[in-house]
Amino acid sequence: MAEIVLDVQDLGISFGGLKAVQHVNFQIEKNQIYGLVGPNGAGKTTIFNILTGVYKPTTGRFYLNGKELTGKSQQTICHKGIARTFQNIRLFNNMSVIHNVMVGLHDQPEFKCSLFASMLRLPVHFRKEKAMREKAKELLKIFDLYEERNNLSCNLPYGKQRKLEIARALATNPKLLLLDEPAAGMNPNETAELMETVRNIRDTFDITVLLIEHDMKFVSGLCDQITVLNFGTTLAQGTAEEVLNDPEVIKAYLGD
Amino acid sequence: MKALKKIKWQHYIAYAAIIIFLIVCSFFKISRTNLYIFEKIAIAIILATSLSFVVGFLGELSLGHAGFMCIGAYIGGKFASIIVEQLGNGLPALILSVLVGGLCAAAAGFIIGLPALRLKGDYLAIVTLAFGQIVMVLFQNSSRASFGGAFGLDTPRYGYKSLYVIAFVFALLTIAAFQNIIRSKHGRAITAIRDNEIAARATGINVTKYKLLAFVISAFFAGVAGVLYSYTQSKVQSVNFDYNYSIEILVMVVLGGMGSLNGSIFAAALITILNEKLATILTGNLAVLQNLFYALILILIVIYSNAPALNSFREKYNLRRLFTRKSTAADFARDKDDEGSWARVPTKIKMDEVLSLDLDAKDAYTPDKPDKPDQAESNRKGEKHNG
Repeated sequence: MAEIVLDVQDLGISFGGLKAVQHVNFQIEKNQIYGLVGPNGAGKTTIFNILTGVYKPTTGRFYLNGKELTGKSQQTICHKGIARTFQNIRLFNNMSVIHNVMVGLHDQPEFKCSLFASMLRLPVHFRKEKAMREKAKELLKIFDLYEERNNLSCNLPYGKQRKLEIARALATNPKLLLLDEPAAGMNPNETAELMETVRNIRDTFDITVLLIEHDMKFVSGLCDQITVLNFGTTLAQGTAEEVLNDPEVIKAYLGD
Repeated sequence: MKALKKIKWQHYIAYAAIIIFLIVCSFFKISRTNLYIFEKIAIAIILATSLSFVVGFLGELSLGHAGFMCIGAYIGGKFASIIVEQLGNGLPALILSVLVGGLCAAAAGFIIGLPALRLKGDYLAIVTLAFGQIVMVLFQNSSRASFGGAFGLDTPRYGYKSLYVIAFVFALLTIAAFQNIIRSKHGRAITAIRDNEIAARATGINVTKYKLLAFVISAFFAGVAGVLYSYTQSKVQSVNFDYNYSIEILVMVVLGGMGSLNGSIFAAALITILNEKLATILTGNLAVLQNLFYALILILIVIYSNAPALNSFREKYNLRRLFTRKSTAADFARDKDDEGSWARVPTKIKMDEVLSLDLDAKDAYTPDKPDKPDQAESNRKGEKHNG
């Protein structure tokens, strides 16, 4: 059996009396692409927020590669290897494309450089700065953003902004990448291209992907395993084919 | 790709201007009033640069900058008056007291920043405003023996001739420090926090650390400016450090353009000269008009630099164009020379972005305590909207 990267156990969170997520369990194996689907308000993004440390879960735990990360800060979780993108794109709009990626590289140990070294412009500053730039360029080449590297990120077309967000997340050197509706607002061609990209990312970076998506073609074409949520609880779990033919799931999506 | 490495003149124009200015000044005999104005300009440059860092690059509105300066002026000034007896009124004493004043202001920045930086936008502005006033009142009510209280603190006045040179050297150091921080990975992290705090957090940036760091460094240099100020005066009066002065520094930053150090530097010089000249020109009965003219000129500058109706005019007579070759938007895109380039980061933000909260965005992801009943409703709504 393959190594389990993310282990979510009995995860739950309530806001006051409202139970947004309850008793969610799933395991993601290494190099899997895992889908999280469900109608609006099912709690998918909430789970992402818990996994990245934005919210602290009221019940349950989750482990990355066997290490517990429940209740850790966003920064720690990011260092430990969970990176995410956002549903509504959140780039650093007033910064150039390459600098967006370089912010992602900021906390990598190999680019460590103290404030005083930067302030006094010691040689180490220039060396690290150059190394970061080279690394960022490499990442941008993979995402076909190299030509645009000096443009402001807010001037990129939508699809490329999405890609840049993924590139920035990958710059933090994650083990698990969370994609929140990566195909939202994309036309069929772009969606197909994105599917290819996600697969490529998994193979080249040797990572595991957890994604939220509404586009069923995208999900069924890409994901190895799927969990369906409804009203904060697990409705179904399994491969795409099993899950999408489940009468309960069809009921949740289409009504009786 | 072009192998040719362009020198980014934007990064050096402020240094060049100050150095040329100092060289030119060394050939002339400068009157005492002018010397005084020069000292004030240098101090204003330090203040404006340091505030510009917090407001323009960190994106937090601080209205207590004069408070940090006040701490620097009083503690540094007091320290100077003590140490002068041992070291004599010379450069070593000045440098030591500048360090002491700066460090005290930085410590104050740390203490006030720790709780205050949990607040956002308008709330932080109010807290810093209150902080400035508290500092002022504290020193005003100190005993005569300690900080002089309402009588003001007697400080050693440095020799008239060379203080402005020293002040400008400190200004140069300040500019260099901030330029270097901004154009490094740390500056990038700070601008990232300004651009999108939620994304910065998710990208693993230690937001609290960097906010505090920016705040403390900025307070340090405000303290340095305060000590220099105490050296230009024979008596330091805390009334001078009221919120009006904080606002004046903010005006310099806003006029210079948020997120532009060079702009703040020139605006600082401009406003100081304007203030002093108006004070000398309009005397006697006309003194009442001083503030009126000041305000009028400010309004005109703001309209000139922001009014949409003047867009085409600005395009035509752009100051930058006068110095560089004519470049077009296409040019801008084609130019791929990025080695060591920071010029591609036009870190201009608008005032309303600093002042207002992006409430919609904040609600959806604010890591609020899950158990707040009144929050539950809005969180659920946000979730529905997003999920």
